[in-house]
Amino acid sequence: MKIYSLMFAGVGGQGSLLIAELTSLAAVQAGYDTKQTEVHGVSQRGGSVETHVRFGEKIHSPIVTPGEAHAVVGLEKLEALRFAHFIDPQNGTILVNDYELVPASVLNAEKIYPHESIEFLKSKGLRVISLPASQTARDLGDARMANVVLLGALSNLLPIEREVWDKTLRLRIPAKYLEGNLQAFEAGAKEMTERMKAEA
Amino acid sequence: MREFLLGNEAIARGAWEAGVKFVSGYPGTPSTEIIETLATRYPETNPRWTANEKVAFEEGMGAAIGGLRTLVTMKHVGLNVAADAFMVFPYSGTNGGFVVISADDPGMHSSQNEQDNRYLARVAKVPVLEPSDAQECRDFMMAGLNLSEQFHSPVMLRTTTRLAHHKGLVEVGERTEVATREFNRDPQRFSVPIYRLLRRPEVEKTLTALAEYAETCPFNRIEEGRDNKIGVVTSGISYQYVKEVLPHVGVLRLGITYPLPANLLRDFCSKYETVYVIEEGEPFIEEFMRAAGIANITGKELFGVIGEYSPARLRKTLGMGNPPAPFTEGIKLIPRPPMFCIGCGHRTVFAALRQLRVTVSGDIGCYTMGALPPYEAEHTTFCMGASIGVAVGLEQAGHENTVAIIGDSTFVHAGIPPLIDAVYNKSRLTLIILDNSATGMTGSQPNPISGKDAMGEETPKLDLEALSRASGVQNVAVVDTWDRKEVVNVIRRAVSFKGPSVVIARGPCQQLPEIKRSLRIPFFIHEDLCTQCDACFKVWCPAITRTENNFPVIAANECTSCTVCAQVCPTDAIKLAEGFA
Ligand SMILES: Cc1ncc(C[n+]2csc(CCOP(=O)(O)OP(=O)(O)O)c2C)c(N)n1
Repeated sequence: MKIYSLMFAGVGGQGSLLIAELTSLAAVQAGYDTKQTEVHGVSQRGGSVETHVRFGEKIHSPIVTPGEAHAVVGLEKLEALRFAHFIDPQNGTILVNDYELVPASVLNAEKIYPHESIEFLKSKGLRVISLPASQTARDLGDARMANVVLLGALSNLLPIEREVWDKTLRLRIPAKYLEGNLQAFEAGAKEMTERMKAEA
Repeated sequence: MREFLLGNEAIARGAWEAGVKFVSGYPGTPSTEIIETLATRYPETNPRWTANEKVAFEEGMGAAIGGLRTLVTMKHVGLNVAADAFMVFPYSGTNGGFVVISADDPGMHSSQNEQDNRYLARVAKVPVLEPSDAQECRDFMMAGLNLSEQFHSPVMLRTTTRLAHHKGLVEVGERTEVATREFNRDPQRFSVPIYRLLRRPEVEKTLTALAEYAETCPFNRIEEGRDNKIGVVTSGISYQYVKEVLPHVGVLRLGITYPLPANLLRDFCSKYETVYVIEEGEPFIEEFMRAAGIANITGKELFGVIGEYSPARLRKTLGMGNPPAPFTEGIKLIPRPPMFCIGCGHRTVFAALRQLRVTVSGDIGCYTMGALPPYEAEHTTFCMGASIGVAVGLEQAGHENTVAIIGDSTFVHAGIPPLIDAVYNKSRLTLIILDNSATGMTGSQPNPISGKDAMGEETPKLDLEALSRASGVQNVAVVDTWDRKEVVNVIRRAVSFKGPSVVIARGPCQQLPEIKRSLRIPFFIHEDLCTQCDACFKVWCPAITRTENNFPVIAANECTSCTVCAQVCPTDAIKLAEGFA
């Protein structure tokens, strides 16, 4: 049986770990064996964060191998680029938030930031879908929900029913934020459906 | 019932289920979540953070000989600190079950070295269990306590970063209360060196019995292969990579890696033409196999000792394909190194040290980032507490203006004896203690300076000023760490003082939950007053970015109101935002 390998990339504080976790929990709910692991350096503060999720009938390694990921979800353009090589170049999709966070800890980063990363990845023949997730989330009232917008988009690519996603969100998101996050998820899912239609 | 748990959470769950009644440890990645989980979910296990790993181990020894099922947790280098106790405990052996977690860090994701603690266990003559997934983290934790009681021996449960920090499904059960075992005062067993001669043969007897046990114990498992060309001996998380990359080969998965089962290994290897020994870290199993005369093996010469293993690495090593590398050609993939948090009080201190051009002997904590650009104001770091001794030594070598810098948690952990020594040996040491009331780097756990224990309960606060004075330091100064100018002045005075000085730079860690929760009025940059001189950018605060018109702008929802950017602005353009109550 097929194994789904997913890579979530972002900057510490953006909530990439949260959507990885939600994906894992949804996969567990849907009956899959699931493993997840997070890699970050000395201190996660402000540094890049990568979270690997794999699910299927039986999972051994929690680590995703470069070249096998069904999806790479980037919460930020530079981080999407950093982990893009994990994508399965034939069948994978890179979902990227059209959003830039210039690393404050790199001298002259503003000048050397690779603004053209999405076009670059497309030019390599990869399927890259860039979504204005931060903007969508801001329109819904809170830019921090960009992660859940992307999760909604990702849900279109995974064999997990919508009810399971809803149930998982309800279980994990505090009541105060639930309604907004359900809307963010829905917005991401809808946008992705339209993109996929347009592609076809 | 099945739960989706982190390896460390599964260990905590196992300890709870097995009736553990005492847990001690010092934070250290990747072991920290065990005690954090116990403190939040399983308080019946009586978890605590201690001053350092040696104290944790000794309290654990006391609890275990006193009859409690006991767990002690630490990262690999923590066991170096606890080694004195670790090495003698087997001589008496334990009463209640005793498991020590050694969380090793292949790849040095968050450590100062790569160190395979199975060797330390061998020196101590303590058995080692190595789980391979989250389920086994729970199971081996529980079984380890039984093993410990069965053989009266402390047991090491060795995890690695990937094991401790991956999540998987774990079948869990309920807690079984275990009666406290009777403690008989028995000096011949628990006391003074002369009796140790009597205990020495007992240590060997236990080890021999454990080696016999290892031959048939349920921790080791053979999985038959399709043919007899290649077999694999493996342990820990590497087992998962083997199953992924070589799904059809015969595997001997060792769950107990010390003492090792010579006959089992010989029998297994005799069935295959070649046996790969695939173990992360050092050739611990491999060396044993070679010494046992097993010749048809391939190990470290192929798989390597450095860094973390992965399916990709195994594939590459075995010539099964070369997984793609990051895209770096035709585009500039710039790094994103970690940095001080928004509002972190360490910033001003490193800015001052850079300005004063002193030699800085550093220590282990968030402040190791002071060695990186833009500060580059930390010139040595070795291990916890070393900043002080190294500064004293550098002074002897003629580097009089050496400043030692240490965090509050690290000072309590290993900084007090060297401070006393510096005074005793008439050093002119300048010591900066970064007092943020937290063990920041490992996730802002409380420590003896916080006034809170692991359970969040109030506890006496250690008085750093009084302690410094009692050590014989006359020049003790306290400074608000966000007062830029004063930080420079105080450090300058301390450096020129003709005797030992302690500077306490005080201000809470911005990751402390109570600080995160507190309401703060953000600062705001008035563009009409701003001359775009970029002085505020030199604070290196990630909350300050640029607008399209090149003005600096502060992210209102991220500003912690530390005031440092306002202090550097020459035109007073940075003011508290209006409209916040
Ligand atoms: C012997 C040992 N134990 C534990 C650790 C893990 N560790 C790294 S830094 C640190 C403490 C940091 O706290 P503090 O000194 O207060 O500095 P802060 O990070 O708060 O600036 C710990 C426990 C270690 N590196 N070595």
